[in-house]
Amino acid sequence: MADLEEGFALTAVPLGSGPDGPLGVEQSDKTDQFLVTDSGRTVILYKVSDQKPLGSWSVKQGQIITCPAVCNFQTGEYIIVHDNKVLRIWNNEDVNLDKVFKATLSAEVYRIHSIQGTEPLVLFKEGAVRGLEALLAEPQQKIETVISDEEVIKWTKFFMVFRHPVLIFITEKHGNYFVYVQKFNSRILSKYTLLLGQEEKCVIQSFSTSVGRKFISLMSLSSDGCVYETLIPIHPSEPEKNQRLVQSQLLKSVVSGSARNGVALAILDQDHIAVLGAPLPASKECLSVWNTKFQTLQTSKELPQGTSGQLWYYGENLFMLHGKFLTVVPFKCEVSSLAGALGKLKHSQDPGIHATPHFVNWETSQGCGLGSQNSEQSKRILRRRKVEVSVQPEVPASTQLLATIQKDSEKHIEVELRKFLATKRTPDFHTIIGDVIIGLLGRCKAEPSFYPRNCLMQLVQTHVLSYSLCPGLMEFALEKTDVQILQLCLQQFPDIPESVTCACLKVFLSIGDDTLQDTDINMESVSDYMDPVQDGEMEGQTAFLQNGFSPEEDNCDSCAQKLKEKPQATADESTSCPVTTKRAALLNAVLHSAYSETFLLPHLKDIPAQHSTLFLQYLYFLYLKCSENATMTLPGTHPPTLSQIMDWICLLLDANFTVVVMIPEAKRLLLSLYKFVKSQISICSELNKIEVSFRELQKLNQEKNNRELYSIEVLELF
Amino acid sequence: MGEFNVHRVRFFNYVPSGIRCVAYNNQSNRLAVSRTDGTVEIYNLSANYFQEKFFPGHESRATEALCWAKGQRLFSAGLNGEIIEYDLQALTIKYAVDAFGGPIWSMAASPSGSQLLVGCEDGSVKLFQITPDKIQFERNFDRQKSRILSLSWHPAGTHVAAGSIDYISVFDSKSGSAIGKMLVDRQYMGVSKRKCIIWGVAFLSDGTVISVDSAGKVQIWDSATGTLMKNHLVSNADVKVQIWDSATGTLMKNHLVSNADVQSIAVSPQEDSFVVGTAEGTVFHFQLVSVTSSSSEKQWVRTKPFQHHTHGVRAVAHSPTALISGGTDTHLVIRPLMEKVEVKNYDAALRKITFPHRRLVSCAKKKQLLLFQFAHHLELWRLGSTVATGKNGDTLPLSKNADHLLHLKTKGPENIICSCISPCGGWIACSTASRFFLYRLNYEHDNISLQRVSKMPVFLRSALQILFSEDSTKLFVASNQGSLRVIRLQEGGFTHPRAFQPQSGTVQSMCLLAVSPDGNWLAASGSSAGVHVYNVKQLKLHCTVPAYNFPVTALAIAPNTNNLVIAHSDQQVFEYSIPDKQYTEWSRTVQKQGFHHLWLQRDTPITHISFHPKRPMHILLHDTYMFCLIDKSLPLPNDKTLLYNPLPPTNESDVIRRRTAHAFKISKKYKPLLFVDLLDEKTLVAVERPLDDIVAQLPPPIKKKKFGT
Repeated sequence: MADLEEGFALTAVPLGSGPDGPLGVEQSDKTDQFLVTDSGRTVILYKVSDQKPLGSWSVKQGQIITCPAVCNFQTGEYIIVHDNKVLRIWNNEDVNLDKVFKATLSAEVYRIHSIQGTEPLVLFKEGAVRGLEALLAEPQQKIETVISDEEVIKWTKFFMVFRHPVLIFITEKHGNYFVYVQKFNSRILSKYTLLLGQEEKCVIQSFSTSVGRKFISLMSLSSDGCVYETLIPIHPSEPEKNQRLVQSQLLKSVVSGSARNGVALAILDQDHIAVLGAPLPASKECLSVWNTKFQTLQTSKELPQGTSGQLWYYGENLFMLHGKFLTVVPFKCEVSSLAGALGKLKHSQDPGIHATPHFVNWETSQGCGLGSQNSEQSKRILRRRKVEVSVQPEVPASTQLLATIQKDSEKHIEVELRKFLATKRTPDFHTIIGDVIIGLLGRCKAEPSFYPRNCLMQLVQTHVLSYSLCPGLMEFALEKTDVQILQLCLQQFPDIPESVTCACLKVFLSIGDDTLQDTDINMESVSDYMDPVQDGEMEGQTAFLQNGFSPEEDNCDSCAQKLKEKPQATADESTSCPVTTKRAALLNAVLHSAYSETFLLPHLKDIPAQHSTLFLQYLYFLYLKCSENATMTLPGTHPPTLSQIMDWICLLLDANFTVVVMIPEAKRLLLSLYKFVKSQISICSELNKIEVSFRELQKLNQEKNNRELYSIEVLELF
Repeated sequence: MGEFNVHRVRFFNYVPSGIRCVAYNNQSNRLAVSRTDGTVEIYNLSANYFQEKFFPGHESRATEALCWAKGQRLFSAGLNGEIIEYDLQALTIKYAVDAFGGPIWSMAASPSGSQLLVGCEDGSVKLFQITPDKIQFERNFDRQKSRILSLSWHPAGTHVAAGSIDYISVFDSKSGSAIGKMLVDRQYMGVSKRKCIIWGVAFLSDGTVISVDSAGKVQIWDSATGTLMKNHLVSNADVKVQIWDSATGTLMKNHLVSNADVQSIAVSPQEDSFVVGTAEGTVFHFQLVSVTSSSSEKQWVRTKPFQHHTHGVRAVAHSPTALISGGTDTHLVIRPLMEKVEVKNYDAALRKITFPHRRLVSCAKKKQLLLFQFAHHLELWRLGSTVATGKNGDTLPLSKNADHLLHLKTKGPENIICSCISPCGGWIACSTASRFFLYRLNYEHDNISLQRVSKMPVFLRSALQILFSEDSTKLFVASNQGSLRVIRLQEGGFTHPRAFQPQSGTVQSMCLLAVSPDGNWLAASGSSAGVHVYNVKQLKLHCTVPAYNFPVTALAIAPNTNNLVIAHSDQQVFEYSIPDKQYTEWSRTVQKQGFHHLWLQRDTPITHISFHPKRPMHILLHDTYMFCLIDKSLPLPNDKTLLYNPLPPTNESDVIRRRTAHAFKISKKYKPLLFVDLLDEKTLVAVERPLDDIVAQLPPPIKKKKFGT
């Protein structure tokens, strides 16, 4: 259960603010200290636990603060803007704001944002954004206009997503809302149009956000009294285009629809939001905490003296205006569970003892909860979501999707699928995806012309699938010889049976080069070592020596004579790739897949001799490439490792030795492998010999040290 | 604190014998360890793993099996064909019973503890009933073809699994008939090896039998069907752990753990984990874990390998919180299972016990003689000397090297229990389990003549501890059944041994003795009871030091003050004033403030305490890894101060030095230490035994290839 504690007024004297309430409450660089900016001329630094002010600063008569004071966490200084354009920076020791650093800017500032871990940002009213340092370096720099003429910024928020700062701001123009997401690592500004789900036009009154793994969840409180949720992708597919965002209703009638002011919303954690406003048209205003997962009201607190429709939330404190006083309400939110939502959770421990067990959940602690609150302050524990037991409010999107699959056109399925993937992920997401694929495959079997390739690709790339979740997918792709899907599956699925892996290998080896030419294959595993193919001759040969193996060395047997006759040809063979780049990429996918020797061997025997020779040649080529550098690795992002290469060489030879030995083309390859193994054996035996001699030396050395069986030494004890 | 000339002695050529068996007793939390020379040691795991008792070895008594039965009775059996019960109070062998089956290879007590089963060379399995004061032969099980190397009872006591060569038999324990046979594959990696020896079996309550064998396999069998369930190959040398189901005798699983023998196995009482030891020195931990997170099906999985041994692990035990292993390399290793240890304390640390927790060296200070005690002989050495001086860290040139004066071999197969040289150097006494030896030494220039004092009194047949008085006129002997005697020594003999009045009703044997330098007081301590102080003149008990929970590891009485200093196995040190019959002020202060946490974390007990001849405030004590000179006049260290400060503060002023100085002057320069004493005010003797020297005398370990495997 969420629990609102008894609040207390922060200020003994009423704030010198009008009905609008304070301009802002911001964290300072010390925990428990907050900067309160009233809408007039004053900034006050409060220590919340002591309920007393630590410092107060005012601008001159006639000036007016237009942007709430923030703290620069990197320097500990405070920043405000007064009269829209004048920036002031000061610190705790300064007394008079008139005498502190001042910079006059060329455009009007909407807000300054500052969070821990990055430099403050200045958002201008025209939508442009500047880092504080860059701005101070040249205060009069020209500020561009980003948003259109009549657009007005309504709400803005700055937060970190995976250690990258992201600014989100929402503008309004004639009742239409636009969401801008500015990412600073890539300097990409994405614009979205917010489609309001409800029929009649109504005004959005408050926003709040939280960050998940893939989406920023934007919650809005509309004038119809409902809370809506919108998911904004963190990594948009086409950042430049204007995209649309759909709102989905999360909670109904949390506040009275007629309330025109005094309404605000804050996300507390994954499952809880705080809403400020009157629940019924006639009632007094309330602060209430709702559980969004179970859609239940957790607790509420009446504010009889009215409030201003502003709500700030930091750590474990909610700040709001109550009457004329800024009030702090500490709260506790426990992890939501059905029992808790129904009010049936047992409270065995004393209320005074905070005895929540400290579990670290590696799965959810990473990305969640970073958004609307400062994660460093939030001490609450994020725990694995319980398997959802609540009933779905409407027909689940998945059933709709499954129905669509059975009848609609390929194009339509694709659109629906994209929509479905953009929604919030439920715990059973992976099984739904599995069902969708099985549904698609079923239809494919029924209608031979139906092959929703794009959909399948998209589904495989959700990273949640495994072979056992969608049996039949790979078999189907094998039937269609769709190497692209096969490659994706090999890369993504952890549990492919060896027979299927081997079937893939067969397809990859047998497919014609011209067919391969037209397919789009992920080449990242080969891109870095395939290009400089022709320059590697000399390097290749020195590397053999480095690894103790030289093809030129011919003191072993008569077979080597043949090799010596055509040294040029040997060099060519060893340094040029025997397969095309695309085929190489496919084969690498096979090399990466997991297997068990015992199960793989019988299937490998079925590979035709020519193909296994080709594969061996390719593996040998990879080995030579590996030995070009001292670390014995291939360049590139995800190349096969040396041990994978060697294991596959051994496996192939084990399975096909009698066949390969009969093929004339493979003779040279086998000879070089044989010589390689022979040299390795001799190296190992030499190394063992060296080890033994070193051990003897060590023994001698020890004896020398220990010969001194008796000595008289001087020791001073201190 | 001062400068000392340290005689650094490394010629004590002591080699502990290899560990053959370990047996853990859950009730008393004690561990019995038997060594290849027949010595049996008892470690108290609750008292910081202190070796509180030992039974001396015997050449003809190679122990092959060791087990606890009927609560806390300890039995061993060996290649001489005898079953032996030990008297843990009197520290003697209670009786030996011949099983008449040739050498005994294995022994197991029934789960109820009332029956004892031995496996013999002739293939017989013999059942003995344990009566309150003896054991009685009851029945033979069906005779098998070859020797029975391992035995294990089903936890319900209904069946017995016996490992032989190439097969495992399952017996019905009621009728003694063989009801199943599980054949072990001799082959290893397709190559037929020599015979496959089942070194260990374990019977689980669900009918599963786990076997370890010389082919390096851990096999899990289903005894109901006799099928192999799983096979783990654990070692490259010789160990297979096989888990069988005994009802049918099928192998359920086969873990090939090694190419070397898997020589030992022990299962946890909860049957959720077991441990095997291999001839390569690796110990593998197997755990019963769920196959998948959702299903309840569980499987034995090899989870952790530990390599704490250089040589083969001959014996393993599984206590609720730790894996215990011992082997040819003579170390006893106690490896706590971190998931079972709740608090980070003494028990959470890895323990390696190499040296006995008692003194093997005694010293005649005036003559600068050292007496070393080996299993079957004594060595007497005279320390060398130097005329040079030097500064801290210097090695001084020797003007005279150390001399090996005497090599004294005892007759008979028994190991020496204790030995002592008198402070004047004129007497040497030692004892085995059945004979007491007293020698008179005469020094004429460089020649030594030795004369055994014959006609020892009848009662002086063995001693647990011997001590000479400071003036070498009296000999104190503690022997079994708690008896304590004093003998007055004279030229060429002794007169009228007299006994101290024993505590009424105690049979507790005294293991540690200390006599005051003025010869008036004798302190004696048993393995668990408190310390008793006797008045030597009146032969009467003077007082008893208040009992303390942990066993005493060392005792000494200070000159002049007659303060008794007592070290306990939990690293506490007390000082007790004998004349005042109370703890001294200093001891109270120490207890009030508490010892430094690093002092309490040391993991070897203090084995010797002595005093500075000139400075009464100084106490010298040592364990295996450090020696410490306590200056009682200085302030005690608290947890914030540096306990070990090995280097002098070179350019700091005397003020700082004085401010940071504390009572504990510790040196870790010499280790492992077997003995440290003050010869005179400026001279220390430190007997070191480097581990490398021990390893050099062990048989070479199985060589493992580093390259090309």
